[in-house]
Amino acid sequence: MTSVELPEQLAEIRNEFLELEEKDRLLLLLEFANELPALPARFEDHPDLLERVVECQSPVYIFVEVDEAGAVHLHATAPRESPTTRGFVSIIAQGVEGLTVEQALAVPDDYPSSLGITRAVSPLRMRGMTAMLARTKRQLRALAAA
Amino acid sequence: MSVELDPSPKFTAYAHPERLVSANWLQEHLGTPGLVVVESDEDVLLYEVGHIPGSVKIDWHTDLNDPVERDFIGSREFAAMMSSKGISRDSTVVIYGDKNNWWAAYALWVFTLFGHEDVRLLDGGRDKWVAEDRDMTTDKTVLTSTADYPVVPREDAPIRAFRDDVLAHFGNPLIDVRSPEEYTGERTHMPAYPEEGALRGGHIPSAVSVPWARAAADDATFRTREELDAIYRGEAGLAEGDNVIAYCRIGERSSHTWFVLTHLLGFQGVRNYDGSWTEWGNAIRVPIVLGTEPGDAPKPRR
Repeated sequence: MTSVELPEQLAEIRNEFLELEEKDRLLLLLEFANELPALPARFEDHPDLLERVVECQSPVYIFVEVDEAGAVHLHATAPRESPTTRGFVSIIAQGVEGLTVEQALAVPDDYPSSLGITRAVSPLRMRGMTAMLARTKRQLRALAAA
Repeated sequence: MSVELDPSPKFTAYAHPERLVSANWLQEHLGTPGLVVVESDEDVLLYEVGHIPGSVKIDWHTDLNDPVERDFIGSREFAAMMSSKGISRDSTVVIYGDKNNWWAAYALWVFTLFGHEDVRLLDGGRDKWVAEDRDMTTDKTVLTSTADYPVVPREDAPIRAFRDDVLAHFGNPLIDVRSPEEYTGERTHMPAYPEEGALRGGHIPSAVSVPWARAAADDATFRTREELDAIYRGEAGLAEGDNVIAYCRIGERSSHTWFVLTHLLGFQGVRNYDGSWTEWGNAIRVPIVLGTEPGDAPKPRR
């Protein structure tokens, strides 16, 4: 594990999971899935702006934004039939919401595996979530370099 | 005590019509003693979003795979898992799932490793059931009776192939059921992107490409006997008496093809190589072929 301090909201999400028994953690993941907001209208006409996370078996698309105040926002869409994928991306979106680029880039790459759901969800599926975080950070690096 | 078969005319053209039920049949038979309905999906949470009333969930990763060794669960675990789902050795099990029954077929194949006799798929799976607005519920299924599934041996040899079996199989038909991009070995990843699974792209020499989903129609039901014959006997050139091995990436999509070849088209002795590309593409000293052509079969290694 890395020694970098986790941003508060990510630590809170992690603690919420770890406080539950393993089987109930899946239901919390489902709650996150249900909380994933719809894409902002401006993306509906511009699907080209979205990046597909090909490591996930379900079609999930993400778009990272940094607003004028320097705060990070992650927008994402995934089908209703893919609640696990929706849950993953919802956690990352809520976890990085409003962080600075620097803070978001400092999120440990193995954050997903700290949630205590790897066994209930399966390691193969968790790879999809790790990939989403990696792609989010890669988009941020590209934005920062631009 | 087997539940009666579905007499749908579409099914009678298949080699083993007893392996399929239609949505109408299932709707009419829900609650029949001796029938257990199982949902098996790619997504581990989809069942929780809504499932057929009274159905139980079996997850391919967390229920069917050994948590440590890369293998399926053993006899004792299988018996315990089946009992906990209310399934007895003589239960009629109908499995349905998302994505053209991809994972449902995988669960059926694993049930077959343990010799569970009466296991069927719901034609069209979850997608068609939902599309037809049939009953779904989020209510927790309460098992009305307890089951005591016996500890039975898992018999891999008849329907499961290992790497050495594939090396010894050269000269006989192999079916690669992955996407064309996976078959040719074209890479989809870019620098700084996480890469999944195998070190090398490509396919097993002499394997013919028939992506698994070609066996499914747009409404997720299986294609008709005639259409399936055109694909597998026509295009892929399989013939009566052939000894076939199918593979994909981890053996899930190829269970779907295994079901089609075995139960719908009547090929005997079809095996699923579940090690598939994640094993073959990483293994030392096994031959692979790049590009769209199957390539020549190497000398079999025995």
